[in-house]
Amino acid sequence: MVKAEIYGADCVIFDLEDAVSIYEKDAARDLVKHYLTELRPETCRIGVRINAQDTPYYELDVRSMVPVKPDFLRLPKSETEENIQKLDALITECEKESGMEEGSVKIIATIETALGVYNAYQIAKASPRVIAIGLGAEDFRTDMHMTRSEDGQEILFARNMISLAAHAAGVLPLDYVYSNFKNEEGFIADVRFGKMLGFTGKSIIHPSQIPLVHDVFTPTDKEIEQAKKVVTAYEDAMSRASGVVALDGKMIDAPIVVRAKNTLEYAKASGKEL
Amino acid sequence: MLNPSLLKEINQIPGYENKKAFAGAFAVEPNKKTAARPVKFVKPGTNKKFALDYIIDAVGLKDGMTISFHHCLRNGDAVMLYVIGAIAKKGIRDLTLAVSSLSLVQDCLLPFFEQGVITAIDTSGNRGRLGAYVQQGKLKKPAIYRTHGGRARAIETGELHINVAFIAAPRCDKYGNINGVQGKSACGSLGYAMPDAEYADYVVAVTDGYTETALDYVSIPQTQVDYISEVDSIGDPAGIATGSIRVSKSPAELVISKYAADVIAATDYFRDGMVFQFGSGGMSIATASFIREKMLKENIVASAGVGGVSGFHVQMLNEGLIKTFYDPQDFDITAIQSLGTNPRHHEISASAYANPFSANPYVNMLDFAVLSATEMDVNFNVNVLTDSYGKLLGAPGGHPDASAGAKLTVITMPLLRNRLPMLLDHVSTIVTPGESVDILVTEYGIAVNPRRQDVTDMLRGKALPLITIEELKARADKLTGKATPIEQSDKICGLVEYRDGTIIDVIRGI
Repeated sequence: MVKAEIYGADCVIFDLEDAVSIYEKDAARDLVKHYLTELRPETCRIGVRINAQDTPYYELDVRSMVPVKPDFLRLPKSETEENIQKLDALITECEKESGMEEGSVKIIATIETALGVYNAYQIAKASPRVIAIGLGAEDFRTDMHMTRSEDGQEILFARNMISLAAHAAGVLPLDYVYSNFKNEEGFIADVRFGKMLGFTGKSIIHPSQIPLVHDVFTPTDKEIEQAKKVVTAYEDAMSRASGVVALDGKMIDAPIVVRAKNTLEYAKASGKEL
Repeated sequence: MLNPSLLKEINQIPGYENKKAFAGAFAVEPNKKTAARPVKFVKPGTNKKFALDYIIDAVGLKDGMTISFHHCLRNGDAVMLYVIGAIAKKGIRDLTLAVSSLSLVQDCLLPFFEQGVITAIDTSGNRGRLGAYVQQGKLKKPAIYRTHGGRARAIETGELHINVAFIAAPRCDKYGNINGVQGKSACGSLGYAMPDAEYADYVVAVTDGYTETALDYVSIPQTQVDYISEVDSIGDPAGIATGSIRVSKSPAELVISKYAADVIAATDYFRDGMVFQFGSGGMSIATASFIREKMLKENIVASAGVGGVSGFHVQMLNEGLIKTFYDPQDFDITAIQSLGTNPRHHEISASAYANPFSANPYVNMLDFAVLSATEMDVNFNVNVLTDSYGKLLGAPGGHPDASAGAKLTVITMPLLRNRLPMLLDHVSTIVTPGESVDILVTEYGIAVNPRRQDVTDMLRGKALPLITIEELKARADKLTGKATPIEQSDKICGLVEYRDGTIIDVIRGI
């Protein structure tokens, strides 16, 4: 745990759910509480994956975590907006008890069933605390009786649905965990594909995957230069109150300008000099 | 700095009356001549090959003398056991074992220590049960731990006088020419045996690669070799050389290696024509691999690489990223093959590599060196000899030599190993003085030695995770709790010598 911060992740999620044996749930809570109280790093956001609402660990997970102020709780098996609203209410209660600002602990919903994917938009819109939704691919495959493929063809629809619902609701779409961390090539292809589908971040399982994700999401120098040109041309046209923006003989319309600005935002977040 | 009362105690030990305390990396200026040895004379046609039993008598080995070996067979060595066993049978006792380093395999020599055949050790490092024996205070006098360059210096100045050097020889012709690149037990460069061959009273080649045909590649020439002893095997090839050493796969080590490469590339020392040294551990190779990427990207070529060679160094040599390599030691089969075949890959002696008392050792060419550490302290002192409990574990090797020679010395070290902090107020053993160490790279940030304001200036505004060594130490303390100083006995069991022959620290009993 103490080394979690060193790998350059933008966000670290500590797990109280499947990675923790049922005999160690209390010890895991204690460790995360101690970590967040004593050793919290400044360089990345910290979330906690709690146990699902149909388990006996859920409520104590929330009650013990909220007072130590994680940036968010990640709720597995989010299937309906009621799941989110129930969590929202419990977090609110805990925030009040702890004298915390209401709404400070956010929610990331993990969607991992057919019903969850079907309700993705409602889940994403269920509470202002929801900042992102993501797909739990393994459980989803099981729920859907799917056969697993290396390139994830079978989960394409679900990925599209998550991306669509997230953008529609104005939250971040987080791409699923590619668990075969030894397959670097396959992982990179998968991250690239996810980015193409509109995902703005990737959940990962191993530190070796962090720089690979950053490589895919960090704009290249060429992309940055082009984005700068677009934004400059646009601002120049605006300052001249010109309705028509052109660059290198091509018309630039609003979506291109937005994409260019997004590129520059990513570049900035990646520590690139602009 | 060595406590004056400690030095007084050392000076009362027979044999160590003239030892002086370390006073600075370049404080000692030599004023002696190099040592001489008996003039050799061999009539044409003289046979050099005899049974070891005969040779031991012929060289006049007696009680109290010093015998030497090299460690180029590493953990596969069988020569020390074979030779010392034969010596023991003759009833010879009270010998000093002068060996360039001792591996775990040499635990098999313990019976000869217990029988009094060997009563003193002069080496770069030892570990395992032999290390424990030293720290139980069972030697006649404290063991002496020298750097690779320091050992060459001691031999050349006569401070370490070797009566008989037994040189494990993977290939040896009937005239006495030796190389390490051929034969079933090839180990690569014989750099660490060269000072012994040049200065010992008698030189005996022990070979499992005897040939009647004159060698075309000669590491140690026939003019230095008095006798040849042919044996079935000088060692286990699996312990002599590994397969190619690979880039570390540990994510934490990769973080450190990446930072190290980034920090080096941000200095003025990363330039076309640079000279560098990387160790051969997984983390050093990983740093080299990141440096390689930067060299390719910026179209930079190194004029030379110096130091121990592994397959990754060879790859860079073959790619033309390093123009030439000066090699005192090889770690894997790829490196051994390269030394034997690539004319840009040069074998050099330990003296040429690192002896501080020479006209210009190769370490002085280094623009930067990337080295490891078992521990460091807030004064940038480095320990590579003992573990966190003060137990013998590693060896100074070329660490203090490369650090002193390089314009920029970069240490890559995890801040934490398991639950122990590696950055302390005081290292358990000082091996390399902080004055010759410039940058510490850890997974939690990079600290620059305040003595190197120029380096700090070079790194300003370069988006590196710079942190002071005190902040880094505070971080370690917060994560692990403050380390309790280890308790050691008062007994001095070993002297840690700096490369110039002064004493920089001592090894205490456990």
